[in-house]
Amino acid sequence: MTGTTSSGDGGRLALPRYVREDAGARTPVAFPDYRSTGLRAPLRTPVDLPHRLTEITGPVLGEDRVAPGDADLTLRAGGEAQGQRINVFGRVLDSDGRPVPGALVEVWQANAAGRYRHVVDNWPAPLDPHFDGLGRVVTDELGRYEFTTIKPGAYPWGNHHNAWRPAHIHFSLFGRAFTQRVVTQMYFPDDPLFGQDPIFNAIPPAARHRAVATFDLDRTQPDWALGFRWDIVLRGADQTPFETDDDGDVA
Amino acid sequence: MSEHVSPLVRDADGTNDRRPGTPRRGSGFLDGPHRLPTTPSATVGPYLAIGLTWPDGADAVAPGTTGEIWLRGTVRDGNGDVVPDGMVESWQADPAGRFAHPDDPRGSSSTAGFRGFGRSATPGGEYAIRTLKPGAVPDGEGGWQAPHVDLSVFARGLLDRVVTRVYFADEAEANAADPVLSGLTEQQRATLVARPTDDGYRLDIHLQGADETVFFAV
Ligand SMILES: [Fe+3]
Repeated sequence: MTGTTSSGDGGRLALPRYVREDAGARTPVAFPDYRSTGLRAPLRTPVDLPHRLTEITGPVLGEDRVAPGDADLTLRAGGEAQGQRINVFGRVLDSDGRPVPGALVEVWQANAAGRYRHVVDNWPAPLDPHFDGLGRVVTDELGRYEFTTIKPGAYPWGNHHNAWRPAHIHFSLFGRAFTQRVVTQMYFPDDPLFGQDPIFNAIPPAARHRAVATFDLDRTQPDWALGFRWDIVLRGADQTPFETDDDGDVA
Repeated sequence: MSEHVSPLVRDADGTNDRRPGTPRRGSGFLDGPHRLPTTPSATVGPYLAIGLTWPDGADAVAPGTTGEIWLRGTVRDGNGDVVPDGMVESWQADPAGRFAHPDDPRGSSSTAGFRGFGRSATPGGEYAIRTLKPGAVPDGEGGWQAPHVDLSVFARGLLDRVVTRVYFADEAEANAADPVLSGLTEQQRATLVARPTDDGYRLDIHLQGADETVFFAV
């Protein structure tokens, strides 16, 4: 999909416009119950930026960003990670339902005990010598991705009394345009910790289910790994001006 | 109540009648564009360095390229404290004003070693991107945008990225004609203009405060 055309009349360009979800269906930048937003989320209303060339293009990233083994997080430093082995898979689509092929998907997560391999994470759960929590893949021609990993543990944090993050995997995605860039978190179904988690609850109620993976028995591998499906939808391009004179006549 | 409303449908009125031929049912065609709802964003959290660190992340252009500059700046919060656990990503045209991307209708950038994309963590609160100064870019309506770089800022405490732009202080004439800068007040414009340094340009980012950077909804 390019949707980009040059009309050739003195530098006028017909550019696609990437549709933005209504504010009521998007995660707000700030959410008071998530205390760190207090001093960091900008307070002024953002200025609308019409989509021009800089916004409808974006970095072209592919297999050169991915090393062998990056899609299997359970094998690191010559051994097997501890924990419940899972396959996390799905498709990356745009909001028109088109697959997004060749998209870089980067993930990071805590280990089975809920600990990140990071200098700042010092809560007393064990590190796993065979788990670093980093994965990368590029979507195939149908927009599909798949990781093998372990189910991350929940972990405590200092946001409020007895605060625990529900188990989650961080996802970072590039589509093909600057406007499609998204960083998000994937959750697991029916987590009892959802109710007290302000990061999950910052998502408007009607959109929360889109952040939760679905258990998939068909993709669960016997004697090996549970399957969780999670489709990711990036913003799609609006119609170009050439597609707007539809008179409703359908052959 | 319209005579076309079915008496067989409880509470039916002109807006919810479900008989064939109504917009709600039976025509076989949707009465509006069908779109999948997008996946909601979430914060990168404090441990983004695990997943988002690239050895060559800062290099929007290959090291040693003629004309390379460093674009640097400090990211600060509402207390004026630096943000040491964030990440800044940049996206820009090459010195000829072309993007390293197939959707550039004039053809992709031909500048060797130019990626146009940089990714820098903010240890000590500062980002640093090795790049080339971009050229002017068509605005799509027959005019020009001044040389600029789009930035995304990610951090713990931001539930979505925030987007801003870098312009260049030594491009006064182009800046004065830029369609984005023209829509801003003098004080707002000042938050987007990088000043020359020994090795490139510097633009500090203020997430909040009296000098809050202008952020854009894209
Ligand atoms: Fe996390």
